[in-house]
Amino acid sequence: MRNGTEAVVVGIAAFLTFLAAGFAQDDLFRAHAWILFAILAIATVVLFRRVEFAPAGQSVAARDTSGYMDDVIRYGTIATLFWGITGFLVGVIIAAQLAWPQFNIEPWLNFGRLRPVHTSAVIFAFGGNALICTSFYVVQRTCRARLFGGNLAWFVFWGYQLFIVMAATGYLLGSTQSKEYAEPEWYVDLWLTVVWVAYLVVFMGTIVRRKEPHIYVANWFFLSFIITVAMLHLVNNAAVPVSFLGSKSYSAFAGVQDALTQWWYGHNAVGFFLTAGFLGMMYYFVPKQANRPVFSYRLSIIHFWALIFLYIWAGPHHLHYTALPDWAQTLGMVFSIMLWMPSWGGMINGLMTLQGAWDKLRTDPILRMFVISLAFYGMSTFEGPMMSIKSVNSLSHYTDWTIGHVHSGALGWNGMITFGALYYLVPKLWNRERLYSLRLVNWHLWLATIGIVIYAAVLWVAGITQGLMWREYDDQGFLVNSFIETVSAIHPEYVMRTIGGLLYLCGALIMAYNVWRTIRGDVRNEVPMGGGQLAPAPVAAE
Amino acid sequence: MSENEIDETTGVDTTGHEWDGIKELNNPLPRWWLWTFYATIVFAVGYMLYYPAIPLLQGSTMGISGQTNRLQLKNEMAAVNEARQEQVALLRESDLETIQGSEQMARFASAGGASLFKVYCTQCHGSGAAGGPGYPNLNDDDWLWGGDLESIYTSIAHGIRNSEDDDARDSQMPAFGADGILDLDQIGAVTEYVLKLSGQEHDAALAQTGQPVFEENCVACHGEGGLGDREFGGPNLADAISLYGNTRATIRAQIIRPQQGVMPPWVDRLGEAGIKQLAIYVHGLGGGEKAKPE
Repeated sequence: MRNGTEAVVVGIAAFLTFLAAGFAQDDLFRAHAWILFAILAIATVVLFRRVEFAPAGQSVAARDTSGYMDDVIRYGTIATLFWGITGFLVGVIIAAQLAWPQFNIEPWLNFGRLRPVHTSAVIFAFGGNALICTSFYVVQRTCRARLFGGNLAWFVFWGYQLFIVMAATGYLLGSTQSKEYAEPEWYVDLWLTVVWVAYLVVFMGTIVRRKEPHIYVANWFFLSFIITVAMLHLVNNAAVPVSFLGSKSYSAFAGVQDALTQWWYGHNAVGFFLTAGFLGMMYYFVPKQANRPVFSYRLSIIHFWALIFLYIWAGPHHLHYTALPDWAQTLGMVFSIMLWMPSWGGMINGLMTLQGAWDKLRTDPILRMFVISLAFYGMSTFEGPMMSIKSVNSLSHYTDWTIGHVHSGALGWNGMITFGALYYLVPKLWNRERLYSLRLVNWHLWLATIGIVIYAAVLWVAGITQGLMWREYDDQGFLVNSFIETVSAIHPEYVMRTIGGLLYLCGALIMAYNVWRTIRGDVRNEVPMGGGQLAPAPVAAE
Repeated sequence: MSENEIDETTGVDTTGHEWDGIKELNNPLPRWWLWTFYATIVFAVGYMLYYPAIPLLQGSTMGISGQTNRLQLKNEMAAVNEARQEQVALLRESDLETIQGSEQMARFASAGGASLFKVYCTQCHGSGAAGGPGYPNLNDDDWLWGGDLESIYTSIAHGIRNSEDDDARDSQMPAFGADGILDLDQIGAVTEYVLKLSGQEHDAALAQTGQPVFEENCVACHGEGGLGDREFGGPNLADAISLYGNTRATIRAQIIRPQQGVMPPWVDRLGEAGIKQLAIYVHGLGGGEKAKPE
């Protein structure tokens, strides 16, 4: 009875959520429970309608389970694109809110509530779906094994979407535990834990079932990402709920310990989610697209272990010149500096893989995306250690320079490599000969690149302006600028950054169109890339 | 390794592994990469020897420099305070008139006041001290509680209508409408009279009805002809400057249920010298008045 058990389980969950809404201890929890109930009730109806009552063996739709499990990856591709555009759009909105405060719509759509929607949508919804679907694709191909656990992969996919929706609706309602990048309250955190363990089981199980003698480097990175994120999530979100039917909880840590735990988590969300996970992506899609061997096996081993060993200690650099003891600040800084070369190992291995394939850049905009992505990766992983140096940090900290740094990494590295991977995947997953249009990929590439360059450059200017204005004293030692003067000084940069973000969003919309047409099976009749001129007419043979 | 396949493009041998068509070259670690990595490690060790780095059971290693954030801040603050010591002592000893009279002291006080103003006062009074609805403009000569140095000093030191400071300036406008002291007809009439006082377009007949109501209820604080009384912080109603708006609707609303601004006391936070600096600065913004001879 296909889908029967699932339908019953989701139905029971919907009923329990209904009870939770009825007995809720506060309005926030009640509102959130109603949202969850609505989602689960709809899911129950959908699942029941799909129940097939034939005995398993004789089902008309008995699925072929011998090949790779690609359905869930197709869903993941669409989800990645959907959440990406959502996240970029909210980003443009909150950038506009900073430049023109009248765009703040109280109470649900003000900057304070939309900002975590933006960060979670791009990091966890866009980045997370990209990681889940590419890791499922890569692990099957490089292990020559079907995903382990049958429908568990589907549970991971839908469970993760539910986490995203619960997190985002919680932010809009005003439910938050006020930890950056870990805002969802305890009950949403618990749900993510369940989903994440399932993800680990599917991924590990597939590796265990592999038919290859060795584990490919991409899978080392994916595995380190999954395991470490599980650890970070559990420790940083350790909290005591006020009531099991209430939305409020108190952190297990207090004071500076809480701050340090938070930034141990926060920095490694960057390190393991946005770096290690995406390096896993890079190690598969770059050699595939370039059709070249990986540059150096030895480099991949050394930089992998150095990266994951050093990254985990670098968090305290977020707390320079705070109540954090000096020794912890010192360690945070030196580990960040030692991290520079291990991070660059990934860039070198990616770029040098193009040895003997550089000419392909003329004709292949997807490969160009990978190269630009690696360039931004290298730039941000140099900028990061530099900003962790205490004397640099004393200027850059709390300014928009930090925001610029994060975005050159997120838009440049994570965004571009994801776009490249999706452009690679879509024709393969839907059995199309090629993408609808490579020229549109090129448009996407340049809109996004110009967008990032504007964004990062103006926020360098804004950040350094702010930093210098904050620390400006006159010859008698008196402060020169009030805070509001430092804000109005960077208004032009705030406008420019909104434009940069808008360009990036436009690129993603072009991508959505291109992907949609590709899935439909259309092919655009266009002059091939790099072959802009018409071929010269053959000279008549004498 | 020689039994492994050689990559034709680069002439480098591969490791012999292959996954989904991906092979690996057996290139060594790039030398520059390795040596830069070593260099960062050497730097890290050196830095850790120089600064506090290794946690111990009690505290941590202090490093050769013995520098900590707190020590650095303490030293910097001590240097600033020492450089200013004499000037601040002078401020504390001298009265406001003397400070303003001495070019050197006035320059120091005014610069210090400007800097304090940026940190503590701009939130309400604006970075140019031009105020806003409900927050007085400090650049003009329309003072609620007095514009000479002493009055400004008192307003800043003890604040207005706060519960923290017993010496805070205090006054309360009754809620004439909300508390039923005047009926709505009377309020409408007084509103017209106030409009007339400030030279605005008004209903002359109503204003005439309003005049006795004004004289009976408002003159005590707002003075004859609505010219204001700084003793009670009673605003001048006969000029074009108004804290909560000068239109028919805002005047009416203010009579029915008045808004009353609050300012915190600052003397405990900023010290006597700090308040003197602020008083000199605010007095010098443009509207400062000479002290009235007793």
